[in-house]
Amino acid sequence: MQTERRASTALHRAPAEIKLPIGLMLIAGIALFPRHPDIVYAWPAAVVFALFLAARVPLLFALKRLLLLEFFIIGFGLLAFLNPSAAPMFYAAFIKSNLCVLLMVILTWTTPFQDLLHVLRRWRVPGVMLSTLALMHRYLPVLAEESRRMERARASRTFSPRRRLAWANLSVIIGQLFVRGTERAERIYLAMCARGWK
Amino acid sequence: MHLPDGFLDAKTALLSTGAAAVGLGLALRQARSALEPRQVPLLGLSAAFVFAAQMLNFPVAGGTSGHLIGGALVAVLLGPAAGVIVMTCVLIIQCLMFADGGLLALGANVFNMAVMNVCGGYLVFRGTRRLLGNNTLRATVAAAAFAGWFGTVLAAVCCAGQLALSGIAPWGLAFPAMVNVHMVIGAGEGLATALVVLAVLKARPELVAGHQADGGLHWKVSGAFALLITLGLAAFVAPFASPLPDGLESVAARLGFGHKAGAGLGTPLADYQVPYFGSAAAATAVAGLVGTLVAFAAAYGLARVLVPSLNAVRKNAN
Repeated sequence: MQTERRASTALHRAPAEIKLPIGLMLIAGIALFPRHPDIVYAWPAAVVFALFLAARVPLLFALKRLLLLEFFIIGFGLLAFLNPSAAPMFYAAFIKSNLCVLLMVILTWTTPFQDLLHVLRRWRVPGVMLSTLALMHRYLPVLAEESRRMERARASRTFSPRRRLAWANLSVIIGQLFVRGTERAERIYLAMCARGWK
Repeated sequence: MHLPDGFLDAKTALLSTGAAAVGLGLALRQARSALEPRQVPLLGLSAAFVFAAQMLNFPVAGGTSGHLIGGALVAVLLGPAAGVIVMTCVLIIQCLMFADGGLLALGANVFNMAVMNVCGGYLVFRGTRRLLGNNTLRATVAAAAFAGWFGTVLAAVCCAGQLALSGIAPWGLAFPAMVNVHMVIGAGEGLATALVVLAVLKARPELVAGHQADGGLHWKVSGAFALLITLGLAAFVAPFASPLPDGLESVAARLGFGHKAGAGLGTPLADYQVPYFGSAAAATAVAGLVGTLVAFAAAYGLARVLVPSLNAVRKNAN
């Protein structure tokens, strides 16, 4: 969504059909590393760090994505503390998952989704999946904006901060969003047919 | 519940990717035969809708908030086959665009949150609605609420099973932690699902696929989904849930790492004994049953509050 801000590094220009399998292989490789903190983790960490610098990923962007993961890690860490014998395994999983998320951040930063979609098409992913993914990608910002607009409109009309009402209002907004999405889908279908889609 | 990379081992990742592929393949096959061409854009728009709905935060106690997951919701609105496809696409986009959920763990996430959540939710939705008297608005709302809760808990159970099968968290810890948390999350999910389904039914009842009494699936397809859920539970949950010293433990004992597994299971809950019940497994089963009954009663109560009179129903529904 932030394509205009993106730098153009060698990693950005590399074709997606190379980047996706390599990313997959690196992640699979990291998953096979030992289940306790070990010095060998320096190798994948160095690779990820080098890629991170080469792709010129903004630090804040990466941190925001990592934050999502840390919520999961915290919940999991509580489990590990209840069970001290699993603690080394938890530290290993912590390192592994952070490295993998950083790899995914680098991949998503350097590769627009359309390019990944082309790779999936070449990999013979079924057509229904492809068209669903493509349409979803296209209309995500539209529906997100629509839901934000409805929420703003609702907020400007009601003043009640009560929780019960908030749930009722939000549900109506989501229901309405589905109805509008469906109507939009019908219009899109007609437009697609008008342009010769079969 | 998005599993990141680094938590599942290769065996579990492969197993759940295979299971997810079977579920998705089944859904695609069903969709190809049942979906009309004009519904193809609807899938994409519904996937975008789920994503947008997940961005709206419902206020929960104490300044925290939660959001809808939407598995049971799309199952009720679109039917199970389309629901599985839509949720899979949501998970793929979350993984490939937002690095939310691992790439290697994508199969496991698709299996838990698209296949188990949607299919389990749908089967429970149909079953509950039939139980409560078909095709009334109140039955639909109650069934949607119960399905929302059930699908969430089912996905959490599978997730705990995958973590335990990977050997990263002992079942005795992962299972109660995941299930207890998701029983609460599921209550919110069920409430939100019921409210949204009611809102759509009031606005455009013809849009709700699951609302037509005869618009259900062929029993073969329902049976295939039910079989898939059973097999998934058998693969990820049954090795741990059996009260007998079963395969895994006896193998562990025979191979001589029983003491290691014992150390892994040396948790506060390991020698958990509930009075009047023979074992922790029996106690878990009873607790699960009680929790399910409470959720069912809550779903029915909610529907009675939301749809006060049965006479109003027909008018709204038709």
